[in-house]
Amino acid sequence: MNKKKIDMDMGSKMLITHAPHIWRGFSISRIMYIVVIALIFPAAAAVYFFGYWSLVLIAVCIAATVLTEYVIKKLRHKRFVMDGSAVITGLLFALVLPPRLPIWMAVTGAVFSIAVVKEAFGGLGYNIFNPALAGRAFLSVCFPREMTTWVLPSYFNPDAVTGPSPLGESFIAQGDKLTLYRDLLFGNTSGSMGETSALLILAGGIILLLFRIIDWRIPVFYLGTVAIGSLLAGDDIIFQLLAGGLMIGAFFMATDYATSPVVGNGRIIFAVGLGVLTVLFRNFGPMPEGVCFSILIMNAFTPLIDKYIKPKPFGYQGKKKNA
Amino acid sequence: MAVLIKKKSKFRGLHLPENKITSKKPIEPLQLPEKIILPLIQNIGAPCSFIVEKGDMVETGQKIADSSAYVSSPIHSSVSGKVKKISKIMNPATSRLMDAVTIESDGQDRWAGIEKVFNINLTQDYRRLKSIIDSLKKEDMLAAIREAGIVGLGGAAFPTHVKLKPPPEKKIDTIILNGCECEPFITSDHRVLLEYGRQVLMGLYIISRTLDPKDIFIAIEDNKRDAITHIKDLIFEIGFDDIFKIVSLPSRYPMGAEKTLIKTVVGRAVPMGGLPMDVGVVVNNVTTAKAIYEALIEGKPLIDKVITVTGEFENPKNVLARIGTPVRELIDLCGINDERTNKVIIGGPMMGNTLVELDFPVTKGVNCVLARDSRIPDEQNCINCGSCVRICPMDLMPLVYVRTVKSGRSDGLSDHYIENCIECGSCAYVCPANIPIVGYIKTGKAMLAKQKSDK
Repeated sequence: MNKKKIDMDMGSKMLITHAPHIWRGFSISRIMYIVVIALIFPAAAAVYFFGYWSLVLIAVCIAATVLTEYVIKKLRHKRFVMDGSAVITGLLFALVLPPRLPIWMAVTGAVFSIAVVKEAFGGLGYNIFNPALAGRAFLSVCFPREMTTWVLPSYFNPDAVTGPSPLGESFIAQGDKLTLYRDLLFGNTSGSMGETSALLILAGGIILLLFRIIDWRIPVFYLGTVAIGSLLAGDDIIFQLLAGGLMIGAFFMATDYATSPVVGNGRIIFAVGLGVLTVLFRNFGPMPEGVCFSILIMNAFTPLIDKYIKPKPFGYQGKKKNA
Repeated sequence: MAVLIKKKSKFRGLHLPENKITSKKPIEPLQLPEKIILPLIQNIGAPCSFIVEKGDMVETGQKIADSSAYVSSPIHSSVSGKVKKISKIMNPATSRLMDAVTIESDGQDRWAGIEKVFNINLTQDYRRLKSIIDSLKKEDMLAAIREAGIVGLGGAAFPTHVKLKPPPEKKIDTIILNGCECEPFITSDHRVLLEYGRQVLMGLYIISRTLDPKDIFIAIEDNKRDAITHIKDLIFEIGFDDIFKIVSLPSRYPMGAEKTLIKTVVGRAVPMGGLPMDVGVVVNNVTTAKAIYEALIEGKPLIDKVITVTGEFENPKNVLARIGTPVRELIDLCGINDERTNKVIIGGPMMGNTLVELDFPVTKGVNCVLARDSRIPDEQNCINCGSCVRICPMDLMPLVYVRTVKSGRSDGLSDHYIENCIECGSCAYVCPANIPIVGYIKTGKAMLAKQKSDK
């Protein structure tokens, strides 16, 4: 029997690494690309209801975010990894903009969201605030008029007619309640590009839940709290749930890992806080929409929630005494 | 009397690809190695000191190192021959150098005056064997276990005679025999259950005589159905069905870890910083039970082990190797696939250590030699996804440890109970960012230890 005598030249070939030596295989890129696929649904709604210009705006935003991240990484002498996170930021950011926002304003916001909100804080995983939403808030402050200029769905007609968003004060529902609900559900209404079609956002959200990308607690408790709050405030629950950026915020924005708590119970508190703030903003705040700032405010609370809400360790016997 | 219990575990754990490619391969006894290398530290506890010198002639089974510390275990030569040299080799687990003696075999395998202590035919004399064991005194049994150099053979290598003699205030009411073998690739315990089942059960009986427990469980994962059936048949054949119970457990990782095992089998959680005896439980590995039987009834000290040699080999197999056999001999025997290997690991893929030199020997704590091509992508930033927190069997927060250690600080590690970490590797397995979490945890633990010793 011939035995292979191996002379292993340890220096050249063998790796010395730390245990474990196997890996499940779910990479960051995998997570990011599933989110992108889920976002195709609201993006498709944006194109359907607001025309091909939506595609241009989306493409420009994504190009701006990716390019900004590349440049900043080079300036910081760090490795640029095309892991999809900048793509998601660009796509999400585009979807929360008014459909006919001037391109240069969109680019400004996109650059801000990556350069300041993400990279200046340390890059992926270190940011405190949701970059897409913070970018939108920045634009709302810099260009308040353009950021509140909504258009009615124009489908593939390039000319668009301005009109108030459903949450605005001057909005008058055409037809009866059921028609309104149907319009909000399918997206036949004005608003920012991606937030109109609750149905397609829900489809994307279900994809995220099926692939276990997001924690079910955040959308469930956020929407649930808004429903209860609306009930207490005497608002129309279904309208409140379907209108505005609530759906897209609950499934795609609030669930961002870096800016939400790590532990399940912490996420519940986070989501309930979001619900409370959103109802308060919508009923008592000066702006029609409350989701964007609710999420940003609760992002700031995340480190505090993480500090106090931790899992009980195995075999916990009570407060540790100092050795 | 219900002998077989199926347990559903509340602990979800990891479902790992099993790769038990050697589970049907019977144990192959190996030829005597040309030389053996015996490190002085082969167990948890105090290291031994040599009682032989260079040039001495030794026999198989002769004690060559011992220690007077309580938590220690003597080391015996596993071949007969001449002591060639005493040198230092590197421990792949701690990257520290340790003393080791090299003994060159004379090929004759002369046993140091050991005859079978009792003349037993293991398939027939059960009643006689049971009465022999019943007549032994606890102190004599524990002394014999110590003299034979028996340590926990599941990998942790804790001196067994210490484990079987808990302080009087700790009342033990349960023994669990651990046949889980939850790591992928390793099949040594599985084969021991199938081929040495009688010895295992008799060894378990001896253990039970040292402790007087109320319940005795044999825990086996449900991916080893043939072992479960075989052991069940043996229990009835020998007549242990009124004292032994088999528990069939889900095959999740790390089911075989002591603390999760106890929680699943008897529902008690070992307190933080505590030991199983704090909840009245003692856990032993099935191979340890076999070794105990061989020591007490056959008078054989611990000089060989069942090792699984698996992975990228032409002939992966389970072997009975003498302790001290250099890994190189095992690799040459099984024919390594050079092109598809970039790591040789001592242990399993989840907790094993990569070897630096192939002359590292099989020690008491080695269960497996694994050759693989395992390339893990580069580390990226933590994205705070929380997968590690969800998967941790000890309910810890690994991402906090990574964050703290990366910033160069060690405060807060203890507040997050880092001492509870069993280093099972589940967190690093699921991490989307490929962060070597266990490495950071070990660094953190070392930082804490250094702080304590600096005080």
